Parts: sequence; structure tokens; C-alpha cells
Amino acid sequence: MWCGRREGRASSSLCPAWLMLHESLFSSSEKMEDCLAKKMEITVSEAEKRTGRNAMNIQETYTAYLIETRWVMRAHSQSMWMLDSLWRRYSEFELLRNYLSVTYPHIVVPPLPEKRADFVWHKLSADNMDPDFVERRRIGLENFLLRVASHPVLCQDKIFYSFLTQLFFPFFQADSRLKALNATFRVKNPDKRFTELKHYSDELQSVISHLLRVRARVADRLYGVYKVHGNYGRVFSEWSAIEKEMGDGLQSAGHHMDVYAASIDDILEEEEHYADQLKEYLFYAEALRAVCRKHELMQYDLEMAAQDLTSKKQQCEELATGTVRTFSLKGMTSKLFGQETPEQREAKIKVLEEQIQEGEEQLKSKNLEGRDFVKSAWADIERFKEQKNHDLKEALISYAVMQISMCKKGIQVWTNAKECFSKM
Amino acid sequence: MPISPSSMINQYKFEDEPELRDLFITVDDPESHITAIETFITYRVVTKTSRGEFDSSEYEVRRRYQDFLWLKNKLEAAHPTLIIPPLPEKFIMKGMVERFSDEFIETRRKALHKFLNRIADHPTLTFNEDFKIFLTAQAWELSSHKKQGPGLLSRMGQTVRAVASSVRGGVKNRPETFTEMNDYMETFSQKINVLDKIAHRIYKEEREYFNEMKEYGPIHTLWSASEEDIADSLKGVASCIDKCCKATEKRMAGLSENLLPILHEYVLYSEILMGVLKRRDQIQGELDSKVDALANKKPEKDLFSEEIGKLEDKVECANNALKADWDRWKQNMQCDMRSTFTNVAENNLRYYEECLATWESFLASQTVDLHVEEDSEDKP
Repeated sequence: MWCGRREGRASSSLCPAWLMLHESLFSSSEKMEDCLAKKMEITVSEAEKRTGRNAMNIQETYTAYLIETRWVMRAHSQSMWMLDSLWRRYSEFELLRNYLSVTYPHIVVPPLPEKRADFVWHKLSADNMDPDFVERRRIGLENFLLRVASHPVLCQDKIFYSFLTQLFFPFFQADSRLKALNATFRVKNPDKRFTELKHYSDELQSVISHLLRVRARVADRLYGVYKVHGNYGRVFSEWSAIEKEMGDGLQSAGHHMDVYAASIDDILEEEEHYADQLKEYLFYAEALRAVCRKHELMQYDLEMAAQDLTSKKQQCEELATGTVRTFSLKGMTSKLFGQETPEQREAKIKVLEEQIQEGEEQLKSKNLEGRDFVKSAWADIERFKEQKNHDLKEALISYAVMQISMCKKGIQVWTNAKECFSKM
Repeated sequence: MPISPSSMINQYKFEDEPELRDLFITVDDPESHITAIETFITYRVVTKTSRGEFDSSEYEVRRRYQDFLWLKNKLEAAHPTLIIPPLPEKFIMKGMVERFSDEFIETRRKALHKFLNRIADHPTLTFNEDFKIFLTAQAWELSSHKKQGPGLLSRMGQTVRAVASSVRGGVKNRPETFTEMNDYMETFSQKINVLDKIAHRIYKEEREYFNEMKEYGPIHTLWSASEEDIADSLKGVASCIDKCCKATEKRMAGLSENLLPILHEYVLYSEILMGVLKRRDQIQGELDSKVDALANKKPEKDLFSEEIGKLEDKVECANNALKADWDRWKQNMQCDMRSTFTNVAENNLRYYEECLATWESFLASQTVDLHVEEDSEDKP
């Protein structure tokens, strides 16, 4: 995973010949065991401010991100590096992610970086146009693409591929299906593991947001401590002007205090990257919940279908035997206004029997679907858990490394300052 | 041979020749007294000495703030151009510090202790009679002694005369040295006040940081409860943050015990010094106005010349006393500043070294785990 500026961009339009060659990546005889990430280098290398008209013909400013891809093409026993690039804005990334969420509901789909700056401490801007925010978002978008490209299932998706390489991107409207995922309903027998997973994702989301909020406040305070020391510099300098022997010591100590005060900017900038790593898993919690929801939806669907089938069977039995076990308005009206003719009853029974047969087939396939979903979803969840444990452990280690670096800088500055003070 | 109780030596910062110290003073044990009219605090003042002028070698008395104030006024009156050490203020206006809070009493006690020791170290003030009485007299003896001496009215008269001559006293004939001193003190006073504010600001920011850090560590512990694989790492981070939090507390304590009191003392010193310079100018002013008067009344020359001679002596005495004391004060100031700021730097060094050790040991534990994991993966 490399990051950097590239020069000499290839043309972003593809002729059919290229398309066919790209298709070969998918239809090649060697199984797509290797992820796309191993065959293709993907970067989001630049961000640019743009103005344009949106769907409602209103002028707006937005940021566009340059996606650059690089891969080796082998043809006629020669190999060449191919380059491709195109610009996309954040909303297009959102469309891609929605598509992936809906198309692969059993997969924990990697999250996008935040839409709006959140958990900011006072110095950071909450403005989406702020260059630091844009820069961190650029990195976040690249990370998203790399996560998708390294996922064994998602990387094979053709829509994803065209997102990276083709200007034309099928604008997928996933709203209605997403809405279904958000509806509320009661499931009687969900798979216990999914219930536990849902609790876990709730806990994860809550604890990470709390952590991020407090971290932002700690950063704020730390900034204050360092910056106030900067005031020493000017006073020491002015004071040194009236002192003879103390002057040099004061002056040079003041300089070190300035260095100390300035050092916090880089330190906190680095910490923002750590915060972004945590934020990714905050958003991953949402993706986990989506998979659980999908299971619940399917389970609910199944339970409804089974319930429906049972009631139809019962109705059928009642009609056939003439006993009424369940209360129904029809039953009451027929009692009050006279019963139906035998022909009418027969017709009803026939219809019901057809429906029951259909229902049983549907129930069977739904059951199968449900079991398949649970199996494949759980496989991806296990994969996700491993990834999460590895990434978070690394993040915590990198946090420790940052703290160590901060302490070492502090030791250096104060050692120098102590020397100056002792010479006063 | 002066007897120096070794137990007392470590409590003081020696200003002048430490080997010749023969007077050791402590201020401690604040006690609150409640009467029908008022509530006040007394402090125990213990003096150990080998000087002949003292009847005994050890004294223990109780004094209240008023007594210290009386002593300071007497010293100022007796030595108008000597630099009398600062007394802690009567009231603290800023902050929510209550008059009798433990923090306030302790800060005041330390300052009073410093006050008496600075007097004891002063080559002239240490032999002042009122100082001796302050250290040795029992409560009733002190109050009766206080009642003697110039009454209220004569003291007021002195003040009026001083004000009158200060209107344009002594500035035009002021020797160059004292103009330099004045300029120096004006700038010094400005700078020390700003420094005092900066130091308080730093303390405040460090306290806010500490408050936030207290909440930061426990969140990681909370998180570890929902995790399995990374629970240990999270708990490790929580423990590191808590240790750094404690280290911050120590750093804050260092500031409040050392830098803040010293800077505050020198803020008061700068006011005292401006006052001393003014009084010198007043003394000079008395001489100058008499000399001017003489210039207009030639026939009574003889009458005046004796007076003028006395005033000239007075001025010369005052100038010399101030010059000597000034040099001494500057040296002490340099020494105090050097040691205080060095201490601040050491405090910060200790803080960062502690935090570094904590995080490094956490990192070591994590990389050990990684190696263990890798080894177990390699095994068939």
C-alpha cells in the first residue's frame, strides 16, 4: 500500500480493447484466489476543490478525489505497467458502499470515513473544506478502497472494478432496500450468536465514541499546557535585556520554551491519525449491525411465512372438517347469514391447498437461504474479528509509540532548558 | 564556637555565609483561636540561637499575622532604605480560597517562615531590637512593648511630611545609580508580574489536563470488558494512562510548592523595592528643599548649615545602605531564580522520564506477545 503523488497520468477513458483485457483479469483460468489488491495498486492521491451544479441545478462547492490505479499487463510475452486515473467525489463513494451493502448483506462491508468532522477538539476545524480534514478524508477513502480490494469476496465485484477504472458508474439507488434494513420488527427466534454480536457492536460503538470524545478533550488540554509555555519565551527575552549575568541563560531558555510550545502541533496531528483508526472501527460497528439486521430480517420473513402457512393449514382443516377452532369474522358472518354451499367450500379448499403447497416450497427455500446466509455471514464475521483484533492491537501499539516519542522530545527540551537555567 | 543544631540546617536555603549562621527560626503548627470578638490563627515560632545577646538558647512563642505586620512596620521605620523582605498579603482576593482554608493557612505559614529567615540572614536587620523581642517575648510582653514607641498621631505626622516631600522630592538631584535602579525595577516589576501570571496559567492548564486524564484511562478498562483478544492491550494502555496521570499530579505539586511561591514573593519584592527607592528620594528631597530654602535666606546661613550637615549625612547613609542592600538583593534574586527554574526543569524531566518508562514497558510487553503469537503459529 503506497501513498504518494504520481506524475504522468494515463488517459481515463477506456476503449473496448482495454475493457476486454480488463475482463481477462476476471475470466482468467487461474482462480481469483489472490485479491485485487495484490494485482493492482490503488491510491487516492490528490484532492481538489471543484464547483459545479448539482441535481437540483444549484451551484455548489465540493471536493473531488483522484483515484489512481496501476497494474501489470502481460501480453505477447511482454509486461507493461498500466496506469489509470479518474476523479470521484465523496457522494460517489457513498453510492458504491450502499451498493456493496445491499448486494452482499452477509459481508461486513468496510465503512467510509466520516461525512462530517466529528469529535473535533477546538483547534481543529469542523469545516468540510478545511485542508487538514480533506487530507485525512483522502487517506480514509484510500483506506476504504484498499479494504474492499483486499476482501476475498468484495474484490471480485465488477461494479467495484468499474468504480476504479470507468467514468461511467451505474448510479445505484439502494435507498429502498436500505430503508428495509432500518425498519423495526420483532423476531422470535434469532440466532443467539447474532444477538450477541449486536450487543457487542452496540458496546463497541458506545465505548469508542466515548473514548474519542475524551481523547479530543485531553488533546485540547494538552495543547493548552504546551502553548502557555510559549509565553515564557517573550518575557524571558525582555527580562534578559535588563540583566547582565542572567541575560544569556534567560534568553536561551526562552528559545527552548518556544520549541517546546511549537512541538505540540506535530504531536497532535499524528494523534489524529490514531483517532481515525479508531473511528474506522466505530463505523465498522454499524456495518456489523447491518449484517445482524439482515439476519433478523430474513428470520422475521421466515417466521412470518411459517406463521402464514400454519394458519392456512388450519383454515383448510377447519373447512374440511367443518369445525371452527379459530375465531374469524367470516365464520361469524356465515353463522349469522347461513353457511356456504359445498361447492364454494370445495373451491376454497382447493385454493388453500395450492397456496399451502406454494408456501411449503417457499418456506423450504427461505430456510435454506437463511441457513446459507448464517453460514457465509458467520465466516465473514470471523474474518472481520481477526482483522479487528489485529488492527486495534496495532493501533494501540502505535499510540504507545507516539507517547514515547512525545516523552523523548519533552526530555530533550527540558534538558536543554535546565542547562540554560543553571547558567543564569 | 557557634552551635548549629544540625536538625535545623536542612530546612533553610542559605543566602550568605552559611558557616556563620547562629540563628535558626521555624514557623509551624497553626492553631485557630476563637474569642467573642473574632477568630484568628496563631503560629508557633521556634528560635534556636547561640548568640550572646539572647538570654536563652531556645525560645518558643506564638504569634499572629498582626504581630508579623507590626514587626515589618517597625523594621521599615528603623531602616527606611533597607530592603525589608515581603510579608504575605493580608487577604487573597483572587480565587475561591477561603480565609481559613488549609491551603491558605499552609501557604501563609510557609511565607511567614521565609519572611523571618530572610530577616535573620540580613546582615543589619538580624540585629534589630524589635526583631529580637518578636522572637523571644511572651504574648503579654509583646503587646506592652507594642504600645510604647511613637504614638498614632506622631506616626501620622511622619506620613504627612513624607507625602509632602514626595511630591517632587529628590528626583532632580538623584544620583545616576538610583535612576538606573529605578528603571531596572520598573521593567523587573512588569516582567515578574507577567511571569507570575504565566506560572498560574500553566498550573491551571495542567490541572485541567489532569482532570481530563482521570477519565481517559478508565474508558480503556471498560472497553476491555467487551473484548477477548485485545483485552490485555487495552488494560495495559489504561494502566499507562493512569500512571501518567499520577505523574502529572506530581508535576503540578512541584509548581505550587516551588515556582509559584517564589514568583509571588518577587512580585511583592518589586513593590517593596519601588517603595524603598521612593523613600530614598524623599530623604534626598528633605535635603534638597532645605538647600533651596538656604539659597533664599542668606542671613540665617549658620542656623541652617548644621541642619543641612545632618541631612547630608542622612542622605549619604541612606544611599550607602541601599546600594549595599541592592547588590545583596540582586545576588539573592539571581540565585533564587536560577535554583527555582532549574527545579522546574527537573520537575518536568522527572515527569517525562516517568511517562517514558511506563509506555516503554507497555510496548515491550506487547511485542513479546507478538513474538509468542508468531512462534505458536509456526508450530505444526
